[in-house]
Order: sequence, then C-alpha cells, then structure tokens
Amino acid sequence: MGKGALYDATKCIGCRACQVACKQWNQMPSRTTTNTGSIENPPQLSAYNYTKIHFTEVENNGKVQWIFNKLQCMHCEHPACVTACPVSALQKQVDGAVTYDDSRCFGCRYCMVACPFGIPTFQWDTPTPWVRKCTFCFDRQSGGLKPACITTCPSGALKFGERDELLAEAHSRINAEPGKYVDHVYGEHEVGGTSWLYLSPVPFETIGFRALQSEPVTENVERAMGYVLPVLGGVAVLMTGIYWVMNRREANKTKTGKKDNGKVVTK
Amino acid sequence: MEKTEKKYKFPIGLAVLSLLVITGLVPAIIRYVSGFGAMSNLNDGRGWGFWISFDLYCGVALAAGGFTLAAIVYVFKLEKYHSVARPAILTAFLGYLLVILALMVDLGQPWYIWHIFVTPNIHSPLFEVGICVVTYTVVLALEFSPALWEALKWNVPMKIIRSIQIPLVIAGICLSTLHQSSLGSMLLIDPTTVNQIWYSPILPILFYCSAIAVGPAMVIFESTLTGKALGHKLKHEVLEGLGKILPWILGAYLALKLGDLILRRDIGLIFTEYPMNILWWVEIIIGVVLPIILLSNKNFRKSDGRLFLGALFVVIGLILNRFNVSIVGMQIRPGYTYFPRWTEIALSIGLFADAMLVIYLANRLLPMGHQEEHAIETH
Repeated sequence: MGKGALYDATKCIGCRACQVACKQWNQMPSRTTTNTGSIENPPQLSAYNYTKIHFTEVENNGKVQWIFNKLQCMHCEHPACVTACPVSALQKQVDGAVTYDDSRCFGCRYCMVACPFGIPTFQWDTPTPWVRKCTFCFDRQSGGLKPACITTCPSGALKFGERDELLAEAHSRINAEPGKYVDHVYGEHEVGGTSWLYLSPVPFETIGFRALQSEPVTENVERAMGYVLPVLGGVAVLMTGIYWVMNRREANKTKTGKKDNGKVVTK
Repeated sequence: MEKTEKKYKFPIGLAVLSLLVITGLVPAIIRYVSGFGAMSNLNDGRGWGFWISFDLYCGVALAAGGFTLAAIVYVFKLEKYHSVARPAILTAFLGYLLVILALMVDLGQPWYIWHIFVTPNIHSPLFEVGICVVTYTVVLALEFSPALWEALKWNVPMKIIRSIQIPLVIAGICLSTLHQSSLGSMLLIDPTTVNQIWYSPILPILFYCSAIAVGPAMVIFESTLTGKALGHKLKHEVLEGLGKILPWILGAYLALKLGDLILRRDIGLIFTEYPMNILWWVEIIIGVVLPIILLSNKNFRKSDGRLFLGALFVVIGLILNRFNVSIVGMQIRPGYTYFPRWTEIALSIGLFADAMLVIYLANRLLPMGHQEEHAIETH
C-alpha cells in the first residue's frame, strides 16, 4: 500500500513551520499579503503556497479554543484530477503521491474544477501559467526523505508512514482517549479514501472540512466513459441503416413505372 | 431601388462588427502580455468561468444545427430541407472554429495542445471532447467545402467530396453524439459541487437531447436573421417543418429531465432548493414548456416571425441551462467570488463578431443554396 500522513489537530500548535518548510523546499517566492484580522496567513492556498494552517475559534468543552487544520493536497486514492486530466499530466504514483508534470499540461484547469477539496491552483500572474499543488514531496520521497512539512513539524502533529499503519494508529489514538477526539478519521473513507488522514477534537465540519460522500467522485464519469465505444458503434450502424432504407425507398419511388420486385440495387 | 438601400445599410453593420472584433482583441493581448489575472476575474476558486460556459458549453451546443440538419437531409433524405443544410453546416463549422479560437486564449499553454495526442488519458471526458472537436471541425470543413469548389469551379475536389459525402455525414453525426454528450460527462466529476437539481448521472443524455433540440432552433433563428439582413427569403414550409419537429424533441427532453428527478427522488428540490429552483423553473419554462406550447400550435407556426420567436426561446433556454449547470449551480471554493469582467465578455463577443463577418462574406461570395438554381445541384 501507499504512503500516508497523519495530522493530529490536538497536537498542532499553529506555528506554521510546515508552511515555511514547504516554501523553502519548493523554492517559491514570498508574496506580500494584507492583515485579515487573524494570524492565519496567507489567506488562501495559491500557486506559491501549497500548504497552510487554517485557524478556527471553536467552543470545546466549555472553553474557547483555537483548533488548527492543515490544508494541502489530500492525495486521494481515487483522484478526480487524475481522471479529469486529458493529457495524463496528473498521475497517482504507486506509493501514494498524486504528482503533476509540467511537460504534459496545457493549462485547461479541469483538475481545479474536478477536485472535491479545491486544491489545485493556477499561476494567474504570468502569460505562460502552470497548475500548482502539493506533490507530497515526491522528489524527497524518491530519495528516501520524508516530506518537508512533516520533517519540520516540531510538535508531533504530523506523522509520515504507511497509510494502513497510520490508519490503525489513528483509531488506536481515538480508542485510547475517546474523550479527546471525535470518533472519525477524516480521509479514511472520504471520496474513496485519501493518503492524508486527520484527527480532530471537534466535528470536522466546524473546522472547515467538507462533509463528503464515501464513493469516489470519479464513479459516474467512469461509467459514462464506458459507454463511449458502444454508443459510437451503435450510432454508426443506426445511421448507416437509416440511410440504406431511405435510399432504397427513394430509388424505388423513382422507378414507379417499373414493377417493384424489391431487388433494386442502389449505387 | 432595393439594391441601393442594401448597400447603404450594410457598411454600418460591418463597422459595428469590425469594432467588436477589435475590442475583442484587446483582452487577448493583455492576457498574452500580463497573464489572466490582469484581464479576467478567474481565480483559484473558479478555474472555469464565462469562457467555458459561453464559448465551449453554449458554443458547441448552438453549433448542433450542423449535425442535425446533415442527418435530416443526407441520412433521413428529407430533401425539402436541403436549402438550409449548407448554411447550417457553415454555422457549425464557424462555431467550432470559435471554440478553438477561444481556447487559444483560455488555455494556459495552448501551444502544447498537441499533447492530447501524445500522452492521452482515454478515461478523461475532456480528452474525448478535445479529440472529437478537432476531428469534427475537419469533417465540417470538408462537408462545407463543396460551396467553395462550386464557386471556384474546381471539379476534381468536388467529385472526391461528393463520393465520400455520406460517410462524412455519418462520421459527423457519430462525433457530435460523442462530444455533445461528453460535455455533460465532464461535469459528472463534480457530484459534490454541482447542485443536485442539475447534477444527474444521465447528464450526458440530457446534454445530447437538448443539443438535438437546439440544432433546428438555431437554424430557424439564423436563417431568419441572414434572410432579413441579406434580403433573400426562405420558403416558409422549410422553417415551419423544422418548427414542427421541435415540440417532439423538447417533449422527450422534458420527460427525461422530470423522470430523472423523480427516479433520483430529488423532484422536491424544484420547490425547496431556493434560490436555484427559480433558475431551474426559468430555464424550463422559457426553453422547454413555452416553445412546446407555442410551436405545437398550427396557427402559431403560420408566421415566420412567430417561428423565430419560438426558436429564440429554445436558444435562450439552452444558454440558461448550460450556464446553470456549468457555473451558477456549481459551488465556488470558500473565500472566493466570481463575476465575469467586461474583458472576458468582450473577448467572446469579439469572436462572435468574427463569425458574423464570415457568415456575411460567405453569403455574399459563395453559393449558399438560398437561390433556387443552387437547390438543383445533384450528388
């Protein structure tokens, strides 16, 4: 099975070292942002920020608390972007990462429309733009390293490993301290499962996660695409048949003078 | 008398069209100098905006007259419609050229579009749409080319095209069936973002059916307009015949749409899903119910002007539907808003003006089959 990552919201301290590590490893330029009234910054993921910590103030057990949530590509088990991409620029690698290849992409942005998490971003500020998103540090992983954000995390909120093992660990953490977590590992079943898994002390919807179906979003597309060849053949045969019948009828009509023996050969 | 009047009437129209063409070039230039951010409101929350909804989704559907009329005339052998087949095929050809031109601006790296042949993903509905649009544009060019050979009096290419005409027409119908429906399949990947009032597993069938309906409607619409502008008159019975077909196709479409909502147990949404249900009702009443009622009335079909009105409703309904499914009814990422900037709209209008100019010139310079003597041409 593929690699995965486990994010534990009860352990995250919101230091955003992961954001910095990500920018450094991917050599992305800094961008000026404006104060939005929160120390959450930058305000959105973008082609220059593949990950960010989302801050939510929630009431938990009678106390007002800051709960954090790390956003980046979820590296789905059945990625919509991979099915969507017409030129195979997006690929699900065997070890879990969903990677993107500049040399194939032509910038149609269907991946951005398809993603149920709204992750892929686009370089809107250049005449020759590419799509950008977290690659699960596929380059680092190929060299035996952990992703930059996970390596840098000082509080143990992020853990890298085999997805199966992380999933088991997530459930055992919930079972060990049932009061501490909601009984839900986000990413276990969402849209068919994701490589990134999340634990939270409060319901996931309250800290900005979408409630998603457990069936892969690619299901209906795959079914529809399965009909393409049969429909192609069917329409071709049907149209040729109608043409043949109509042509014959016309030929018969023009020969009304002669007796119709049904054996008129048309050119 | 009439001739001089025409000559004075047209330069103004031409001037307006040329102005629109130039205005449309401005956004394209800005995009190629400074990027999308400088000339569009597209953002990471809305990767596909006005262009995809209007140029691709509406453009391709509104060009459906090409394959429906080709089928009616060459496969079903309804010779009476021969005179409108050629203009319909020209409109379709221009429609597809516009789609391709629009993509030259809308795609991030259009010069790499050939990658679709090199590293194809055959599971992507957009791959299928891409391949079909390219191939079908070539097919349409060939289907229309006899008008050109006729004007140039070149007999050899004419003979070749005539000999493969039927296979070409059937290929065109197959390709259209595939990509008109696949435009619906493309949105199937968004079960969590497209509003349930529109999202349906049979979206490809609904798209195909509504494209078939808008084909003849577009022919009525366009023939009436070019007829008015260029001063030739089409036989009323031709337009009436097309108007008579429409209620049947629209009826089937309505039945599919309602049946689908009932079977999905989502029919209640058309009453509860405020405000999207309002848009749903507007789309259905203007584009489907009203034309069915009007065009199935024999007296209504008697006048060309009313036929035009009926067809116009169908066209508007289709545009509303494609916008509803592909943009309005699709959730935007949290924290973002989108409304098309004037430059986005100007680009699309500019392209549309290009097509109008070509249609005008074609009707002036090429035998378009309006005149009786061209209707005699044999094959």
